[in-house]
Formats: sequence, C-alpha cells, structure tokens
Amino acid sequence: MAMASEAGPASAELGPGLSEPAAVLAPAVGRRDLPYRVVSSRVPLLTRFLRIWQSRELLVFLIRKELKVKYKSSVLGLLWSMVNPAIVLLVYYIVFKYIAKNNTPYFALYLFAGLLVWNLFATALPGASSTIVANAGIVKKVAFAREVLPLSQVGTATVFLFFQVIVMALFLAGFQLNPAWSYLPLVLFALVDLVLLTAALAIFVSAVNVYFRDVEHLVAVLLQAWFWFVAIVYNYDTVYAKFVAHHLRWLAAVYLADPIQPIVLAFQRFFYGRVFVTVPIPNYPHYTVQVLAGYSYHFYVEMLAGLLVASLAALFGALVVFGRVEGNFAEEL
Amino acid sequence: MAVAVDIQGVSKRFRIYHQKYTSLKERVVHGGHVPYDDFWALDGVSAEIAAGQTLGILGRNGSGKSTLLKCIAGIIQPTTGQVVVRGQLAAMLELGAGFQPELSGRDNIYLNGSLLGLSTREIDRKVDEIVEFAELEQFIDTQVKYYSSGMYVRLGFSVAVSVEPDVLLVDEVLAVGDERFQQKCIDRVEQFQRDGRTIIVVSHSPDLMRDICDQVLVLDQGKVVTLSSPGEAIRAFRQRLAESGFVPEPDRLEGGEPDAEGAPVPLARQRPQVRLLSAVADYAGKEERSYIETGEPLRIDVTFDVATPMTGVQFKIAIISERGQIVYAAMSPKALSGMPLDAGVGTASFQFDTVPLLDGRFGVNIEARDASGITLDLLDSGCYFEVMDPGRAMGIVGMPMRVELVPPGVATEAQAAGAGR
Repeated sequence: MAMASEAGPASAELGPGLSEPAAVLAPAVGRRDLPYRVVSSRVPLLTRFLRIWQSRELLVFLIRKELKVKYKSSVLGLLWSMVNPAIVLLVYYIVFKYIAKNNTPYFALYLFAGLLVWNLFATALPGASSTIVANAGIVKKVAFAREVLPLSQVGTATVFLFFQVIVMALFLAGFQLNPAWSYLPLVLFALVDLVLLTAALAIFVSAVNVYFRDVEHLVAVLLQAWFWFVAIVYNYDTVYAKFVAHHLRWLAAVYLADPIQPIVLAFQRFFYGRVFVTVPIPNYPHYTVQVLAGYSYHFYVEMLAGLLVASLAALFGALVVFGRVEGNFAEEL
Repeated sequence: MAVAVDIQGVSKRFRIYHQKYTSLKERVVHGGHVPYDDFWALDGVSAEIAAGQTLGILGRNGSGKSTLLKCIAGIIQPTTGQVVVRGQLAAMLELGAGFQPELSGRDNIYLNGSLLGLSTREIDRKVDEIVEFAELEQFIDTQVKYYSSGMYVRLGFSVAVSVEPDVLLVDEVLAVGDERFQQKCIDRVEQFQRDGRTIIVVSHSPDLMRDICDQVLVLDQGKVVTLSSPGEAIRAFRQRLAESGFVPEPDRLEGGEPDAEGAPVPLARQRPQVRLLSAVADYAGKEERSYIETGEPLRIDVTFDVATPMTGVQFKIAIISERGQIVYAAMSPKALSGMPLDAGVGTASFQFDTVPLLDGRFGVNIEARDASGITLDLLDSGCYFEVMDPGRAMGIVGMPMRVELVPPGVATEAQAAGAGR
C-alpha cells in the first residue's frame, strides 16, 4: 500500500478481542491473548456446551424470529397466541358442559391443564425435526452452534406455553377458582423437566432427520399415539384403578414411567387443584376415583427428580449423537 | 510471528452415493447397504498462516478450495486432522445467508450479526454504521423480501464486515453491487489488511490473488501444489491447468500428396522443400526452472530440414497467448533470406533481448515461406514458454514504470515513491 490513510472510525476502536468482555464466556486470561478454536472431527462435550451457552443471544433472536414470522402481517399479531388457546378453552368448556356431558367438574380446565404440557411437547418436536433441513441455507454457509436451531423450537413452544398459562389464569379468575398454590414449586420443577426432556428429544430428532427424512413424519404419527397414553383427556386414576382391579400393578408402574406423565400430573395438580373430587367409573360400580392422582407432595418431588436425572442423561446422549453427525450436515443437505 | 491459522494434515472424505437413500424404507430395503465411493476432497493439507497475512487459495473447480475454507470456518469438520484458529473468525461464504425475507432489514442485522457471533451490545453499537455502509438508510425498516438483489447483498456484506474478525474468510464474494460499492468493499478489505487482520481468500482469479495476497496456496485434487509468493504460485497453477487440460501436441501440417478431391493444400505442392522439425525455447537457468521472469531474455531455436538447395526462405514467428491471441508476430529479416541454404538440417535462432510479457504460458508458431511468400511448412505450437511476473502488475505487457510524487507544498524536490513494473 503506497499511502497510509488516516484510520477510519471503525479502526479507532480497541482490537476486536478487547472490546467486548461479555461476548465469550472464556476464562479471563483467554481474552487478552486470543482464544483458540479447534476444528476437528471430535469436539469435547464441554466445549459444545460452552458454545451453546455462548449462543444464547442467538437463541433469543431465533425465537423472536419464529414469533415474528408466525404472525407476520396479521392484525392481532402476537395476540393470536392468546386468542387461539382462549377460543379452544371456551369451546371445550361449552362442549363438555352441554354437549358431551362429563361428570368431572370443570372438565375443560382439567383438560387444558394437561394440554399446556402436551402442546409444548407436540409443537416443539415436529418443528425441531425439520429445522436443520429447513435452515439448510445457514447450516451450509455459516458456522454456529447448530444445536440452537432445535433449541429455538423448544424456546418458541415455551413462549407459547406462557401465553397459554396467562389464558388459563384468566379463566381460573373468571370462575373464581384457585390453583393449588402450595404446588407452585412443583409445577416449576415440572416445567424444567419438560423443557430439558423436550430439548433432548428435539436435538436428537433434528440430527437424525438430516439422514432419515422420514423422522419428521414418524414423529408426527408417534405423537398422536403418545397423546392417548398420557392422562390428559381422561383421569389418571381411572386407568390406575383398572390396572389395580386386574391385579396389574406393574403395568401401573410402567404407565407412570412415561416421562410426560409425571409432568402432566404435576400441572394438573397445580392448575386444577381439586384432589378430593371423586367420580364414579362407568361399569365399575364399586370404585370411585379421584380426578387427580392422589400422590403426596413428596412422591411428586421424587418422580420429578428422577425425571430430571433421566432428562439430563437424555440431553447428554442427544448432544453426543448430534456432535457425531453434525460434521456432515453441510454435505448431506 | 504468531500463527493465526494452523491447518494440520486436514483430510476430508466425501461419500459419493450412487443412489441417495434418505428414507428409512429405502435403507431397510437395501439391507442397510448403500453403495458409495469415497472421494477425498482434501488430502493431507497442511499450512500455517501467520497473523496479519493475506492468503489466497487458488485452484480449479473441484480442487477442494471451498472445502478447505469451510473446514477452516468450522462449517464442516475434517475427517482427519484439525484446524487451529486463533482469534475471532468470520466467514463470508455467501452474503446474506440466513436473511429472513419476512423480517425487516434492521431485524435481520440483529439476527445475522448474532449468527456471525456478535453480541447484542456490539450490534447495538454498530447498527447505524452497518446501515450507513450498506446505503440502506431509507429501507432499513422495510421487509427484506422487498429488497433488490443488490440491496440484499450490500446489507449482507455490511453485516459480515462489521464483525471485525481477527481472521476473515472470503469466498469470491467481493464482486457485489455496483462499481462504486465494489470499490468500498475492496477498500474495507485493504483496511482490514492495514489493521493487521488475517484474511483468507478463495478465488480462481489469479489477478485478484496477485493484487491482494501475500501468499498463495495452490490446491489440485485436494492436495497442496505449492504455498508460495503470488507470482510463483500463479505460475504453478497455470502449469497445472496446462498439464491437466487440453494441450495440443506440436502439430505438423504435412505437405505430401494433395487430397483426392484436389482440395487446396496451403503448402507447397509435393514434398516440401523446407520442413520444420522442431522449436525449442531456451533461456538462462532452464535446468532449474520451467519459466522466465518478466524482462528476461529468451531464445527460440528452430531446426529445419532443407530438401534441395534454395534461397529466399523466410521464417515467421508468432507468440500466441493461452487465449489464442497473437501477442507478437514478425518475419525474419529480408537480409537473411538472401542466404543460400544447402540441403540438410539447419537452425534458425530467434533471440529476444527482453520479454516484456507478464504472466502466462505462451505458444510459439513457426512458418517457413519461400521467396514468393508461399508457405513451405507450418509448426503450430512448436514449443511453449512460461513467464512469471514477480511483481504485482496485471495485464499482458510489463511496462517499466517509476512513480514520482510531489506532495502539496513541496515545490522543488520530487521524490521517487517507488518503482514497479
């Protein structure tokens, strides 16, 4: 270069490594002399976690993008995410109160408590299964922690969950019903489990779908079947009582081992809150069941703690699988 | 000097499937066996790039240069070997990759910047600068789907350069926008160079390489051909091109019998009186190198066979560029044609005191004519010679040049700022 021009405004700043202490969660010593990054076929799990953690702002932007794109150029915009569940809940209320009579009181609220959990699970997974393929454009051209793509689907579904909870709260207030406030810590615990479990499955299916494109269809079908294995539309106790009546206690244990089940139970326990309501079972005149599972607080905590361990293990497994196949995403797409 | 990018024995295997089975059913039906061939896009590539250097990666299509760039960027992982990158890295492989058409330009700046590794605070600080550089002040809150392709690419470039990385990877995307914006882009890259950032550029344009690179890595079929100065590397690249591509053999148009139909043959009837046997390019140091440098002397020796003694023979020499353009053509001086030639083998030696050509591989055509101008024999591409320009000039011809700069206010003493070809 023949002539050295005066430095422009851009170069007047500090070097890129020194200007932004918050940008990377590297140890403080790592910033001053520049951080190393190694590209190879094996990336340690800890490094991967760190990269995902460093991409949390990207995750927020991706979630924001999903929300914006979903309600683009609609008049109500984000309000739809509340109007939609509100109308659904209203329809349930009318249907189960006047048309398909159900002897569970406030059945619509019971149903909706379970659906809060299921909706998160069932919107995140199909979205996640196709997300890597759908975002092939950036996966092939930009280096970033690809795990944030399925995670953003989980995040978006979680945001929708909060809108639905607001709707639920409005209905509870409308009927002057109280949730079981003492179970609030429990439902938050269950929410953590739910997000971790969904994240683990989301990461797994998003990676596998790159190689087997049937996974996204398989996920949709499996979710439909799975829905009826979980006590959302019916009472947990009804099924449990039938297992007991047929001396199949082990099946009851298997039934409870469905990872979504304890989460649904915890949500119902908090939002519906009416433990001691009993209803008769048709064709079993000697039995009455509670609408909710009659488990103690302590048992709930144990179940959710067990699920937490299982979800974390699943998350580790999913990250290992994802890391194995990630290196070939760019060429498989 | 510190190493910014260390490429350590990187190999990348691609599986070429004869039939791509992406559904579970197809895999099951074929018993899990998917026929494939291994294809090594990169084969043991090693290189060190010092901090602050600009490296060019040159190669033909399919030579693995983009794969290498993606390995450095971390978009694909090498099958074996590793790349150590020191400092923050940004890759410009495709401008505006990941733009969401439904979102506004501003939202896309945040999303794309975040994707490239900027924090929200950094983007907050830079967003005005990005908009200004992209010249999109009026449209920044418009949805990107309404942008023209030029606006789209300008925004992509502006976001990409705002990362201010320690290592910048560029994949032939500098040619964006109109001419004025292109100049801005090149200015920005040059500023990056002055700031001491490391830049890696992939291109198949030797001119761009010569212009901006300190070092050039030439790849062929996934292997490193050379890592050297631009001039030397470009020569090696051209040589590879010539070796693998279509190289016409020295092509002799035999005289001999006319066609059965009596079609005109542009040679002397019957057996030619003068046959051109060979042409050889000769220069100092031919044993060590296969090229001359711009400005060096060159000699072309042509051997010919005279059947019957004759006079008035003239030789024509033409230097042909790779594109088939005649760079130079001339007849041997008339004075020489008066010399009587006996039967037998003789030599005509064409001596150039200086070859002012810049880079390239040049063919030599020789023609022998009799006194009346009728062609006796032709030797197309009788030999080749290569020229390597050690300097940074571009074009066809080297024109020795000095630059004198008189700064404003200094009236008398002009000082030479530099001399280059």
